[in-house]
Amino acid sequence: MLTTLSRKIIMALTGLFLCLFLVIHLLGNLQLFLPTEEARLQFNWYSHLLSGNILIKIISYVLYLSILLHVIDSVIITLKNKRPAPRYQYDQRGRASKWYSRNMGILGTIILIFLVIHFKDFWYSYKFGNMPVDSKGQKDLYQIVVTAFQEWWYVVLYVIAMIALCYHLIHGITSAFRTLGLYHPKYVRWIKYFGLAFSVIICAAFALIPIYIFFTMK
Amino acid sequence: MMKLNANIPDGPLEQKWENYKKKAKLVNPANRKKLDIIVVGTGLAGSSIAASLGEMGYNIKSFCFQDSARRAHSVAAQGGVNAAKNYKNDGDSVYRMFVDTLKGGDFRAREANVYRMAECSLNLIDQAVAQGVPFGREYGGYLNNRSFGGVQVSRTFYSRGQTGQQLLLGAYQALMRQVEKKSVKLFTRHEMLDLVVIDGKARGIIARNLDTGQLERHAAHAVILATGGYGKIYYLSTLAMGCNGSAIWRAHKKGAFMASPSWIQVHPTSLPQSGDYQSKLTLMSESLRNDGRIWVPKNKDDNREANQIPDGERDYYLERRYPAFGNLAPRDISSRAAKERIDAGYGIGPLKNAVYLDFSKAIKEQGKEKIKEKYGNLFDMYLKITGYNAYEVPMMISPSAHFSMGGLWVDYGLMTTIPGLFALGEANFADHGANRLGANSLLQASVDGYFIAPYTIANYLADEIHTGKIDSEQEAFKIAENEVNTKLNQLTDIDGNKTVDYFHKTLGKILYDYCGLSRNREGLEKAINDIRALRADFYKNVKIPKDMATVNIELEKAGRVADYLEIGELMCYDALTRNESCGAHFREEYQTADGEALRNDAEYQFISAWQWNGSPDSPILHKEELHFEFIKPIVRSYK
Amino acid sequence: MKLTLKIWRQKNQTDTGSLQEYKLDQLNPHMSFLEMLDTLNEQLIIKGDDPVAFDHDCREGICGQCGVMINGMAHGPLPHTTTCQLHMRSFNDGDTIYIEPFRSEIFPIRKDLSIDRSAFDRIIASGGYISTNTGQAPDALAIPIAHEVVEAAFDSAACIGCGACVATCKNGSAALFTSAKISHLVLLPQGKEERAARIKNMVQTMDKEGFGHCTNTEACQVECPQNISVLNIARMNYEFIRAKALEK
Repeated sequence: MLTTLSRKIIMALTGLFLCLFLVIHLLGNLQLFLPTEEARLQFNWYSHLLSGNILIKIISYVLYLSILLHVIDSVIITLKNKRPAPRYQYDQRGRASKWYSRNMGILGTIILIFLVIHFKDFWYSYKFGNMPVDSKGQKDLYQIVVTAFQEWWYVVLYVIAMIALCYHLIHGITSAFRTLGLYHPKYVRWIKYFGLAFSVIICAAFALIPIYIFFTMK
Repeated sequence: MMKLNANIPDGPLEQKWENYKKKAKLVNPANRKKLDIIVVGTGLAGSSIAASLGEMGYNIKSFCFQDSARRAHSVAAQGGVNAAKNYKNDGDSVYRMFVDTLKGGDFRAREANVYRMAECSLNLIDQAVAQGVPFGREYGGYLNNRSFGGVQVSRTFYSRGQTGQQLLLGAYQALMRQVEKKSVKLFTRHEMLDLVVIDGKARGIIARNLDTGQLERHAAHAVILATGGYGKIYYLSTLAMGCNGSAIWRAHKKGAFMASPSWIQVHPTSLPQSGDYQSKLTLMSESLRNDGRIWVPKNKDDNREANQIPDGERDYYLERRYPAFGNLAPRDISSRAAKERIDAGYGIGPLKNAVYLDFSKAIKEQGKEKIKEKYGNLFDMYLKITGYNAYEVPMMISPSAHFSMGGLWVDYGLMTTIPGLFALGEANFADHGANRLGANSLLQASVDGYFIAPYTIANYLADEIHTGKIDSEQEAFKIAENEVNTKLNQLTDIDGNKTVDYFHKTLGKILYDYCGLSRNREGLEKAINDIRALRADFYKNVKIPKDMATVNIELEKAGRVADYLEIGELMCYDALTRNESCGAHFREEYQTADGEALRNDAEYQFISAWQWNGSPDSPILHKEELHFEFIKPIVRSYK
Repeated sequence: MKLTLKIWRQKNQTDTGSLQEYKLDQLNPHMSFLEMLDTLNEQLIIKGDDPVAFDHDCREGICGQCGVMINGMAHGPLPHTTTCQLHMRSFNDGDTIYIEPFRSEIFPIRKDLSIDRSAFDRIIASGGYISTNTGQAPDALAIPIAHEVVEAAFDSAACIGCGACVATCKNGSAALFTSAKISHLVLLPQGKEERAARIKNMVQTMDKEGFGHCTNTEACQVECPQNISVLNIARMNYEFIRAKALEK
């Protein structure tokens, strides 16, 4: 039987691993800022690299597992918190904490919905769909991405999801380090700044890509 | 007349306690689990004795009326706890602490008891540190001390302004550890309503479950009362709302003598009453007097703001009357001096019931930062409660009832006049004489519980190992339970038109006026009549909700106030029969030409021990003569 | 001043309870919040109604017995202030004030605003102490403890056990309470000996009582009368991981 603390530790570890993945993902996406043809070859090469390497494969399974665990664990925690959670007729407890800290579940759900769409459109197409090929014979994911980002609603969805992710991370990163036992005030402060910077930079960069493509590729 | 025997061991002062321990009877570990002990109260004395006896292997039942053992009023003590460790190398010793305490109490305590308390103070600090009490320390890691009123050394150990809380948590945690080990069974939300005496020995209690209203019988081989003081009898006091004298009073009515009940310490630095809705007077630590100057305007009805009154028109009356000690005169003296000015019409504040405690000079000399560092939390508290910023305007303070030096009479072994009934901590009349020194109350409660009672109770119980289980189905338990039940029904049946608080407040006012900081014959006689009339009114007109089966707070309070209405009368008799002034007891008829207390050692060098004689108006006085073999009583002077 | 009060009334633990409205006037703004309730009760008693039961004792902010939700905030609007230290000048004439008990399934309501927090006692009983019997202590100076260490231990030990942290937590977590005791004891050299057993037992008891998970919203520290730091919770996590990692 897991304790309340160990369940949170699982959330923290899986969450932090997913943060690491965000960096790898972003590194790939940044290649989309290159001039069109260069970007196409480079991006498709990187995508191929990520799908072929055995090491990357293992990591990707850990990734899937992490997403799954993170989601399932959060559902369990949320359900278990229902019983002890105080309920008031008149409630102003919100003044004592940040809205995004209180609503990690909702933010997470938005991210999860986004992930499902995201996986279906890119990951599933890439793995199992009928893909065009580029000049080097690589699967042309670039084309799929650029086509998708021509749709305004898709860009909006993407940006909303990144805002949700950003707030999810602002709370999540500091919270995860605390859950893993970082108690020294100095490092707690550092992590807080680091978490904030990380969240904003990563999410802004992710969000800029569809906007950039939408406005430059028309 | 019954001769009171304090059972003080033979030998020189410094060997008495050793001699006692050498000769005390013991109970072997196998026999301890055959013995049941009831401890009422979970403050510092109650928790520490329950935990200590539990550790030794006795079966303990521990009772408190609060919802957790951690809430007892020991928690509120701020300043510190004294111990003669002499870590400061400033000439402290057990002997010096003994002298200070005895002198502070105006030579109205037993030498042997006081010496033992000073002696045991050494172990207490060790014990508390081992439990994890975070006493203030210096940068090198060694324990720090501060000084308190009435002494010339630094012997007060402290945990910021929450020493009582930290010591209590240490004892509470030790208690909870025994609860987990099942050697102590804890009954929270239970109030003791009667003592059961069988064949002259304390054999159990009747307790009421405050949640269900059920009366319960609990039997034991010994009963320990650690139920604190009854200063709340004044209604407005520094005590918690629930503090009461009911446990000791009900034991008194079963035969335990009450000693010197009129010795109540009035603390000089509490916040003044601001209206008749007020329920308590918050204490501001005595340490403030280190830097604060106390004054009132020289002119009556000076309605200017404090800061508008020039220095020449201020009367720094403590500095004027007691130039040697000034603002650091002992508590009884400072309180009395404040009352004198207020009564003379010089009081300040909306109700003209306070004096100023002014930090402007200290702030000017030392800087605001320094003052903030020393007293920041107190200034914050003052702001929270009054809404005034004491860095800019002087604090308004006034005297408030605080600590009862009186209590159940106990012998050297802390046993009352009922065999098997022990009283610990503030509940007994203890070691403070007629006035308690600051930071000695935590000490006394702790040493009683940790280091004294474990020996003296074993000494008593050694003769009980063959008694066998005490049966709570015995007739005496039934009778006691019926009496309690009748009394409760009597109270709810009155169904009058005045609340319990009305009676409590009225009683408090009578006592403040006539049996407070200063007393005189005429006033005390009037008070006795007023209290009798008030008591009659109470039993005719009090209104209490009838519900007996759920939480009924009014009923709880009514029982306590009913007892206060009797204790108050005894206090007046006690004050009336003591024709001298000593410590907290100041009889206006017995003062020097310049208004100082006039003690009368020739006739009043004794402890008054009162025996219940069937009704509140006919108590019988017994005297325990005090003998001073090792120190000669002198006149206390702080001029 | 005049007030409209909406107070949670509940006869006993099993009763469903509801908010009842009361009107009070001629209140003095210098009254404490609890004295305002005293005034209401005086009126109710004389009318023959049942007075409102609420927890309180020392009325100077240290016993930890008082505590209600005032307008949906634990201990009311002032930060780091117990209910008993709150005064009516923090409200305006004509205000409507909602008063509810600290709620949690783990803190059953005894009556009206009075609650049962004995779960906290059970957490302490399961390990919130240093196992030393009376009489075993070495000299107090045998182990020096640095000034900063003892001050940090004090900061954690200052908890008054009022339950505002649980009442205000969206998850009903007792992490702040439990971790404050764990930190207090583990910071001191005397308390390090049994650190592993302590953390495991106390966390187990906390869970057994049914308290929720801490999700680090930090609301507890904001409402805590003693301003107990949420970093205590991080330290508790550290102690827990440490104990698990070093487990045999």
